[in-house]
Amino acid sequence: MFFESLVVSAVLFAVGVAGVLLRRNAIVMFMCIELMLNAVNLSFVAISRYVGIEGQLFVIFVMTVAAAEAAVGLAIIISIFRHYESVDVRNFRLLRW
Amino acid sequence: MDISQLVFYTFAGLAVASSVLMITRRNPVYSVMYLVLTLFSVAAIFVLLEAHFLAALQVVVYAGAILVLFLFVIMLLNLGHEFDPDIRGKFWWVVGFGLGLVLFAELFVLARSVPEAPESDLLARLLADQGAVGMVAEPLFENYVIAVEVTGVLLLVAMVGSVVIAKRKV
Amino acid sequence: MVGATLIDLVLPLAQEAAEAHEPGFVPFLPSWIVLLPFLGFVMNGAVAYLAPERRRLVSVVGPGVLGLAFVIAAVNLVLIARVHDAEPVIRSYWTWIEVGHLRIDAALQLDQLSIIMALVVTCVSFIIHVYSVGYMGEDPGYARYFAYLNLFVFFMLVLVLGASFPLMFIGWEGVGLCSYLLIGFWFRESAKADAGQKAFIVNRIGDFGFLMAMFATFAYLGTLDFQGVFEAAPRAFEYGGAAVTLITLFLFLGCTGKSAQIPLYVWLPDAMHGPTPVSALIHAATMVTAGVYLVARAGVLFALAPLSMNVVAVIGGATALFAGTIAVQQFDIKRVVAYSTISQLGYMFLAVGVGAYTAGIFHLGTHAFFKALLFMASGAVIHAMHHSLEHAGEPAGEDVTQDMRNMGALKRYMPTTFKTAWIGALALAGVFPLAGFFSKDEIIWSVGARGQTVLWVVAIITAMLTAGYITRWLVMTFHGENRTGEQARKHLHEAAPIMVGALVVLAIGSVVTGWVNVPEALPLLPEFTWLHHFLHPSFAQAEHIIVEHLGEAAHASPIGGGEGMWALISTAAAIVVILLVFNALSGKKYLPVREAKEPTGIWGLLYHKYYVDELYDLAIVRPFKWICTFSWRVIDQGLIDGVMVNGVGYTTRFGGWVISRFQTGYLGTYVLIIVLGVLIMLGAVMLQG
Repeated sequence: MFFESLVVSAVLFAVGVAGVLLRRNAIVMFMCIELMLNAVNLSFVAISRYVGIEGQLFVIFVMTVAAAEAAVGLAIIISIFRHYESVDVRNFRLLRW
Repeated sequence: MDISQLVFYTFAGLAVASSVLMITRRNPVYSVMYLVLTLFSVAAIFVLLEAHFLAALQVVVYAGAILVLFLFVIMLLNLGHEFDPDIRGKFWWVVGFGLGLVLFAELFVLARSVPEAPESDLLARLLADQGAVGMVAEPLFENYVIAVEVTGVLLLVAMVGSVVIAKRKV
Repeated sequence: MVGATLIDLVLPLAQEAAEAHEPGFVPFLPSWIVLLPFLGFVMNGAVAYLAPERRRLVSVVGPGVLGLAFVIAAVNLVLIARVHDAEPVIRSYWTWIEVGHLRIDAALQLDQLSIIMALVVTCVSFIIHVYSVGYMGEDPGYARYFAYLNLFVFFMLVLVLGASFPLMFIGWEGVGLCSYLLIGFWFRESAKADAGQKAFIVNRIGDFGFLMAMFATFAYLGTLDFQGVFEAAPRAFEYGGAAVTLITLFLFLGCTGKSAQIPLYVWLPDAMHGPTPVSALIHAATMVTAGVYLVARAGVLFALAPLSMNVVAVIGGATALFAGTIAVQQFDIKRVVAYSTISQLGYMFLAVGVGAYTAGIFHLGTHAFFKALLFMASGAVIHAMHHSLEHAGEPAGEDVTQDMRNMGALKRYMPTTFKTAWIGALALAGVFPLAGFFSKDEIIWSVGARGQTVLWVVAIITAMLTAGYITRWLVMTFHGENRTGEQARKHLHEAAPIMVGALVVLAIGSVVTGWVNVPEALPLLPEFTWLHHFLHPSFAQAEHIIVEHLGEAAHASPIGGGEGMWALISTAAAIVVILLVFNALSGKKYLPVREAKEPTGIWGLLYHKYYVDELYDLAIVRPFKWICTFSWRVIDQGLIDGVMVNGVGYTTRFGGWVISRFQTGYLGTYVLIIVLGVLIMLGAVMLQG
């Protein structure tokens, strides 16, 4: 099940990347990032069976950071939405030449 | 094929399928729901990989807290209906899935190059000795206590920051 | 200022308490000699900025501070003269620089040499300040003028009284700065501004020598205080060794710049573009003598380097003769006197170059009086010419008012100026009993006594030349026919009383100052070598070294005869030359400048000053300009500005423009680029593993 877990992790990660490329809705892009984080978590857990408990500890930290990131990211999205009345990333074009 | 393998493949399939559905649904609310399903499936895989505590955390923190937050924001911004068609055109489908495929191929090759680890009952013994929570808690609060504290501060900063950012201008 | 005064007042008390039974020389408020002119500069500078029309205040403050400084200097002279062989007093006020082994105090050195110099400087500058009140009275830059003048005296006194080479250098540079400011005082006329720049740039070459000498001195001796250097030098340097020769030659390079000796004398004639009192004060009486003072002050170093001594003497003698011949054929009233100054400075260097330090300083002092007198008499004439031509409605530019071919017979209109000018001229020519007689005679005698036959002959020839050109100067200006033109003649008049008064005082000075050092050899006169004895402590060490290595000076000239005999011969020769020239020229008709032709032949060569300026222009200035233009156009504008600076700028801008095209602002683009980057990196890892 070790190798299979890694494959599943890879698939989930690739799907997350494809989602980020595919979507324009900031919230959905954000969700895809969460998916990628989770795929990485899966790899950590799989490998921790042979390496030691540290893999699982790492997952805990990743989850914490993901939670913090979600809070701040969603706050930013809310504040952007107030400004543009939209969460379409095509609107956020101030940072360009 | 024993029962645990059967369960693994079931949940692995479920996770992959619901993740693909998640990125292809137009309605963000559906996307969230499919994401929840994906995360549940991953939690189930965690159990099979002897990470019982993490499985519980996955359900509680991710599925319970974070995704509720997402859902809450979607509802708050009223994106549940009258949503914009936010999926890109054919070009981006090709690019997105093409690059995803390339990425998967690379990761697959890399995963194959990881040497097949010998069957080990390392975690199983720990599980038996200290229990699902104990085996995570003991090293976490002994060796990594400073990291835990720092992460706590990070959460606090994130909380204050998100309040400041999301608040309307004073 | 308060602190310096306190040090001056309290320190003597403490010293007296410590060594009550041995009363030495205790200077009286020496810091104020220096501070008073600075105070005057600050006040006049403030007036120049805030209320330039407050002329009365300036007229009081400008000369006033110098009068006070003169009184203090005189008091100190009396104090030090009362003590037999007084030791130099070092008054240290604060530590100026302290880096590693280098420690330089802001300290004044009070000894016989510095005090007599300070006295000459304050005295002459006081008189010239008073004269300036009349001369510059109508100038719009009156307050600015006096601010500069006071600043100049301040720096000159720092130069003279400073107790170390760096402090002297501060004064040295400061007087150079003031000289530049005052030559270009009327800076709106480009010729005058150019003359200022010429003086400044030529002086830089000399300053380079001074700096190198200082560096070398510090490298060898580890100190720059006069006392420390002169104590250590005889032990540290081998007699005639390379090190001390190098140091002294560099010092002398500095002197040739500041004191207008060959080859750096070219700035001084051009410096005559400044106001005439400035020419009198800076470019005749004080600043240009700084080089002589430096050689005398560093006499110990020079005494240790016989080669440098010879260089000093030869350059001095050559300059004296060279400038003397040029003066013969000049028509500008100030230029004659200017070349005469160069020539007399050559005399002084000749004196210090043969080790006759007292004679050099003596001539410096007497020369200050009679040369200032001649300049200021010229100034009075120029002033009168300018006024009369202006009243007559004729052009009154510098080229007209200063050309002696336009003057003549001014004795009728300016009787007092005429008389004082005669006194100054006779003093310069070295006619008994005027000041120049004693000092110049002593120089010539010292040169002969040292066995420098060639230089001795040169000195005598120059003495006769001097008598000749200054007589020509007098005749062309004051005698013969008047050539100013009918209209202007009516307006000719004597200078203002305050100017005439200054002339009279200087004339008295030109008569009496020679009497402070009457050599014993002169018949019928009581021996009175006061100056010689007074300055003896300052030069004892250097003279001792010279006597030790070269032996005592002879008591006869190279071709026999004692000092007294030669003094009589030289004064007789001067009188003969004066009479001859007077007779030859007083009948001669000069044409006014607009009708005159340029002299030709040998006279033309002299008129054009041997074409030295043209030679320098061809050999140095133009090649340098070419190099500068090349560096400017090709290297600076082309290579540095074009290729390097702007090239880098354009490349960066172009690169930035290209890269900025990727900054679309679309999140999708960024995600795509990131993903591609990740893919490439993963691919690299994959291929490696």
